[in-house]
Amino acid sequence: MNTHIKFDNVTVKYGSKTAMKNVSIDIPRNEIFGIVGPANSGKTTLLKCINRTLEFVSSASLTGTVSINGEDTSRIKNVYSLRRCVGIVFPLPVGLPLSIYDNVAYAPHLVGMRRGPELDAFVEKCLTQAMLWDEVKDRMHMLGTKLSGGQQQRLTLARALSHEPEILCLDEFSIAIDPVTTMKIEDVLVELKQEKTIIMVTNLVQQARRIADRTAFFNNSELVEVNDTETIFTNPENPMTSDYLTGAFG
Amino acid sequence: MTKQHNMLSLSQQTVNVFASTPLERRKLIRERIAKVFFSLVVAAMIIPVLLIIGYLFYRAWPVLSWSFIFDNPKDNMTAGGMWAPLVGTFYLAIISLMIDAPIGILAAIYLNEYAPDNWLTRTINLAVLNLAGVPSIVHGLFGVGAFVLFAGMGKSVIAASCTLAVMSLPVIITATREALASVPMSFREACWNMGATKWQTIRTIVLPNSLSGILTGVIFEICRTAGETAPILFTGVVFFTPVADTGLASVFPYAASDACMALQYHLFLLATQIRGVSETMQFGAAAVLISITLFINSVSITLRVYLRSRKKW
Repeated sequence: MNTHIKFDNVTVKYGSKTAMKNVSIDIPRNEIFGIVGPANSGKTTLLKCINRTLEFVSSASLTGTVSINGEDTSRIKNVYSLRRCVGIVFPLPVGLPLSIYDNVAYAPHLVGMRRGPELDAFVEKCLTQAMLWDEVKDRMHMLGTKLSGGQQQRLTLARALSHEPEILCLDEFSIAIDPVTTMKIEDVLVELKQEKTIIMVTNLVQQARRIADRTAFFNNSELVEVNDTETIFTNPENPMTSDYLTGAFG
Repeated sequence: MTKQHNMLSLSQQTVNVFASTPLERRKLIRERIAKVFFSLVVAAMIIPVLLIIGYLFYRAWPVLSWSFIFDNPKDNMTAGGMWAPLVGTFYLAIISLMIDAPIGILAAIYLNEYAPDNWLTRTINLAVLNLAGVPSIVHGLFGVGAFVLFAGMGKSVIAASCTLAVMSLPVIITATREALASVPMSFREACWNMGATKWQTIRTIVLPNSLSGILTGVIFEICRTAGETAPILFTGVVFFTPVADTGLASVFPYAASDACMALQYHLFLLATQIRGVSETMQFGAAAVLISITLFINSVSITLRVYLRSRKKW
């Protein structure tokens, strides 16, 4: 198995409160890895470990190792290059106070890409992948913050794709997006899998079932079970997993 | 009404859902009382200000003219105009601004964006707040010790400006920090997630969106600087040093090492130190000083309203 992201016995604490306990997972390249579980079970924390934005939480401490391509992330000197490798979408949509165009062109600007036809085409590609292009193509200079919640969410997704990450982390990316558009984005994700590894935290267990190759169930800061999506939905090892997935709790 | 309310038949209830109950009437009365009370408090603030300004201009009216502004004081201050003190006040305000705005804004950026949350940062924050509470005469004495004597600047424009800058610094730092903090954290996080460094984030997102708050803070601080007398009393102002009546020297009369006149000090002199100054002259000086403040404040408010109308979220 060609492991892309490896969690080795990772424990995260916020002050004295444990948010993630002894988690070990191998995520292979070009996989959609679904994560489900109730609130407060450590799902978002897991994503923050990958691009080291956990460091911005002053009370957080991490033990164990997270490695990408076999390289321990805590030893990476240029943390900004690490963050460029990881696209991340959080549940609350954030449109930057810039035009829609500049929202998506922000990351290319950071690495020195100039305005021009090449950048225009790139911005269009990102917005198309996020299923937002058709709605905004005539008003690219409108402020990103003036879009509706669902549109801002897709703008956030377009921005996450705009630095061409090899890992894409989605944290409940579809909560503000209508079901039809969500399905279209899911199709895009399945296509993107050819070139990226996708980690998808979701509260819609059926979403994990639709597109995830493997699914992990987190509860109470611990990894309860991880397996092929089909197995975990039809024949889970842990009774708690089947209870959650069938809606008996959570 | 109470009777109706007690009747529980469904149709009655449906008809009367918008009728007021005793509880709601009490609520409405309290709402009205609160509104009147708060408006009265605002009126109590505004009326004295208007009365003071009105009375000032009423008493000063006979002397107010262009020559009162553009002429030097003469005949031992009992005649002539306000030009030399006015120019001095501008010098002090502008030079102190040139010193404290860059330092204050840069320090605020460090404290708000970069500084880790530890005991050293907390101590610095506390020191900044305390410094803002130090009486201005203490700043004045510090200026004498530090700039006039120790740094050897002598009693000069530059020493007085430095003293004013030290006095204004904590206020500028606090105002700038508040402006920076009003930019939502989620914008910064979104940028960091894309691999932006802190400085790239500050330059592209944080500063452009906090500029209105920073500018307002700085301009209000100029106003306060223009009115302070205690810090410049021993560090840079003198009783009388007229400026040339014509030519470039009438606009740029002082070198940094010269002592200057200042309007706020001049007003103090007219009111208490010199015999035979007509009251009209004294009110005239006060009217000019307050006009400067009103002018700068209205520029600041206009700027803020304009920048707020372009607010982006």
